Amino acid sequence: MSRVLVNDVLVIGAGPAGLAAARAARERGASVTLLDSSDRLGGQFWRHLPDTRPSAAERILHHGWDTFRGLSDALESDSGCRIIRSAQVWAIETSPGGPGTVHVVVGEPDGVGRERLAFSPDAMILATGAHDRILPFPGWDLPGVFTGGAAQAFAKGERLAVGRRVIVAGAGPFLLPVAASLASTGSTVLGVFEANRAPALLRGWLPRPWQLLPAASKGVELAGYLAGHLRHRIPYRLGRMVVAAHGTDRVEAVTVASVAADWAPISGTGRTVEVDAVCVSHGFTPRLELAIAAGCALTADRFVGVDEGQQTSVPGVFAAGEITGIGGADLAMAEGLIAGHVAAGGAAADDQLRRAARRRRTFQGFARRIEVAHDIRPGWPQVLTADTIVCRCEEVSFGTLCATAESTRSRSLRALKLSTRAGLGICQGRVCGRSVEELLAARVGDGGLGDGVTTDRRPIAAPIRLGELAADHHGLGLTPDHHSPELPPHPTKGTK
Amino acid sequence: MTNDVIIVGAGIIGAACARALASAGLGVTVIDRGTTAGGTSAACEGNLLVSDKAPGHELVLAQYAATLWRGAVTDLSEQLGDGFPSVEFDRKGGLVVATTTAGAGPLLDFAARQRGAGVDARVIDAGEARRLEPDLTPGIEAAVHYPEDAQVQPTIATEALMASARLHGARLLENTPVLGPLLDSAGSLIGVTTPAGELRGRRVLVAAGPWSGEVAGLLGVRLPVRPRRGELLVTTRMRHRIFHKVYDADYVGAVESDDDALQTSSVVESTGSGTVLIGSSRQQVGFDARLRVDVLSEIAAKAVRLFPFLADAAVMRSYGGFRPFMPDHLPVISEDPRMPGLWHATGHEGAGIGLSLATAELIRDLMLGRPTRIDAAPYSAARASLAPYLAAVA
Amino acid sequence: MTARLLPFGDDPIKPAPPTPVTITVDGVPANGVAGQSLAGVILASGTLALRLTSAQGRPRGVFCGIGVCYDCLVEVNGQRDVRACQRRAADGDVVTTQHDRRPSGDAA
Repeated sequence: MSRVLVNDVLVIGAGPAGLAAARAARERGASVTLLDSSDRLGGQFWRHLPDTRPSAAERILHHGWDTFRGLSDALESDSGCRIIRSAQVWAIETSPGGPGTVHVVVGEPDGVGRERLAFSPDAMILATGAHDRILPFPGWDLPGVFTGGAAQAFAKGERLAVGRRVIVAGAGPFLLPVAASLASTGSTVLGVFEANRAPALLRGWLPRPWQLLPAASKGVELAGYLAGHLRHRIPYRLGRMVVAAHGTDRVEAVTVASVAADWAPISGTGRTVEVDAVCVSHGFTPRLELAIAAGCALTADRFVGVDEGQQTSVPGVFAAGEITGIGGADLAMAEGLIAGHVAAGGAAADDQLRRAARRRRTFQGFARRIEVAHDIRPGWPQVLTADTIVCRCEEVSFGTLCATAESTRSRSLRALKLSTRAGLGICQGRVCGRSVEELLAARVGDGGLGDGVTTDRRPIAAPIRLGELAADHHGLGLTPDHHSPELPPHPTKGTK
Repeated sequence: MTNDVIIVGAGIIGAACARALASAGLGVTVIDRGTTAGGTSAACEGNLLVSDKAPGHELVLAQYAATLWRGAVTDLSEQLGDGFPSVEFDRKGGLVVATTTAGAGPLLDFAARQRGAGVDARVIDAGEARRLEPDLTPGIEAAVHYPEDAQVQPTIATEALMASARLHGARLLENTPVLGPLLDSAGSLIGVTTPAGELRGRRVLVAAGPWSGEVAGLLGVRLPVRPRRGELLVTTRMRHRIFHKVYDADYVGAVESDDDALQTSSVVESTGSGTVLIGSSRQQVGFDARLRVDVLSEIAAKAVRLFPFLADAAVMRSYGGFRPFMPDHLPVISEDPRMPGLWHATGHEGAGIGLSLATAELIRDLMLGRPTRIDAAPYSAARASLAPYLAAVA
Repeated sequence: MTARLLPFGDDPIKPAPPTPVTITVDGVPANGVAGQSLAGVILASGTLALRLTSAQGRPRGVFCGIGVCYDCLVEVNGQRDVRACQRRAADGDVVTTQHDRRPSGDAA
């Protein structure tokens, strides 16, 4: 294992927040190492075709494409920024008074015999983003049910439409770009179904509309999606949910029903629609495991707590983007810029940050409206039957969760995970965790679960092969003939 | 209302004792600062072993416990019904393997001494070992098969014992820490104080695992239980390729050692869910639960040495717990001679899951004044080997 | 066939022509283009199910597409537990579907 010491700033995640942070840290003269688990920059938001397949008009698929190209081209040609792709952070060891040590494997995703690296940076910026939150419903485990993120990833990254006759459903403005990507990749989108009803949307979007003006770019973005909808004639319906997916070995149809304000399905309103794919998204879950591993305190809303300079509760550890609050790419970039500047020794009150701080305020306001309008409502479990799988990896049904909670009378999330196996599978609760917590808390009643444990904590942040883990061990080193990618040279310090 | 026994600690020891005492007709209240199986009981492997124990009092206790497990599992299953998750009791047997010539001799000597104490410890040749475990490393210098070793899912076992205790009338107060002793005018212990008020009890039983020292201190006596950290790795699911608990002969030395430094020895087994569980480490770092990559690296290396195919297996999870470690390597299962009414059932180090049932019966028989099935004196707080460590806190 | 690669001639973003890539899935060839993930190639070949679950033997395929759900696990060139959505397809890749029943069932 190569131990690389004293990087000035280590940035984890090369999406909008991480790219902006790396650039800002470089502007201040820090040497920067930027890691991403993908072989391409851009994160989820700027998922794109490989550079070996340039496209004349790729920008039409993306918001802020020129911004992305500007950031990534600048960093790629900057000798003071070392970019390590296909770098999977699998553990962070904390140490008193500093950011700690970041353990990485570099190589093919889920490879065997990947190269191990460890970084002990002066400052670290976590920009690990978020992933779709999907609420379970009967049949959601059938092949052909995808997340909204999957539809985007395949459409933008490969120009693949996941289905021909597709329904998009869930909650939040993300449904719109999902539908747009599907339509632009050749799918027929039969409808977009938002669970929240008009009053909730108006409560979020309408009050004090002048506050939305600075976020005009967001308005333009959304208007573009809606215009796209009109062009493709995709119906957009409020107060509707996909309450079941049907099929033997793959999805063949779904039932769409009207729901009440709390998302409880209204009986008698179900309509069956034949589809070959369903893309569902009920919002986003921040990817917190590295922040938790680094010792960062979370807010009551379960995001990483940061101050004006995007500093977390751990000295030298900064956070930017979706992990501090779901707010989209513009907010992520504003936060990233501030984090990069401060991590590299600047101050939160510096003049250079005023514009970014204003943008941060604007887009945070925007994010709050999305929450008011599109948040998950508590009646959603009423769509579940006893057989509905809740933990996909371990095939734990809603019925099993309830029966075990009842028979053990346990009020411990940790113990219930261990006795039901929910959240213990290979995804380690990323997909089911929040849903399992909510369902169990509702079961145990009065006061909820008593052990203060969450499913966001994953000391092993990504699977690592035993041989890779053992490889560093003195005297017992295994020396498989593995391919390790050429490590870029240590970045040179200095501005730009 | 005065309880017959207040048990401090809802881990496997507390739960087993609650069940034994409640089913004997005593009025029991269990309190825990957290929830059932909130500590070490949910952070371990679930070992029910005789193979790792040298002839001596711990082995005697383990052999006693081994006679109780199968019956208890059947009783629990009948009492709790099909809706209760299975404790996954599996008498799979253990295989201890020496991969070096230096390790072979001591392993065989150890096994011979164990046989003298009644353990079924069968020396087998490398060929037989590979027949039992086809994926084992070819480099085997000595191997011993222990058919009596078993495995249980420790969290579910703890929950099952507690559920059984409650069905027998025991009360459970979770999120209820001990604040201090409740004393009568003569200064005798008559219960405990908690944030929820006073709890009166004729006896207070400390079964708080590695935190027993802290609880005993709150009640006014010193109990030298220290935490000994252990970490485990869990792989992703794979087809069933490991059929016993398999460990390298280093395991025995690690269990017996007093060394503060990191010690690792390899223990590898499959679980009912298809994963492979890999341990283990011993380290004295107080209650520091932070992840240590060097420890995991060493555990991984030793596991791969035993089963080379594991090099490609993916670790998806790591967890760890704190064993309650007594300086003379024996649990304390008795009344406290310094404070009438105060009892202890703690200090089981890495063997608490297995020893729980025997501990519970000893506690029950001692409290009721009945003859115990084995001599209880070696586990008494009054034993000579513990004396240098006990000093009453004024 | 449901999932479909948009033919590059019809693509409004006007990408450069693709380089073909062929993999095998359980011995059966599947065609895709360079730069695609294994999941994308497999989806475009008409296969939705990548494995059967270990307890109930139910089919599973790609779900999240971004590497967090681990539903799309396949064996690639002898390496187990590879997320098909994260691994780029290389010409000649040998993909085998993996189905691991629990020990209480039968060994695979």
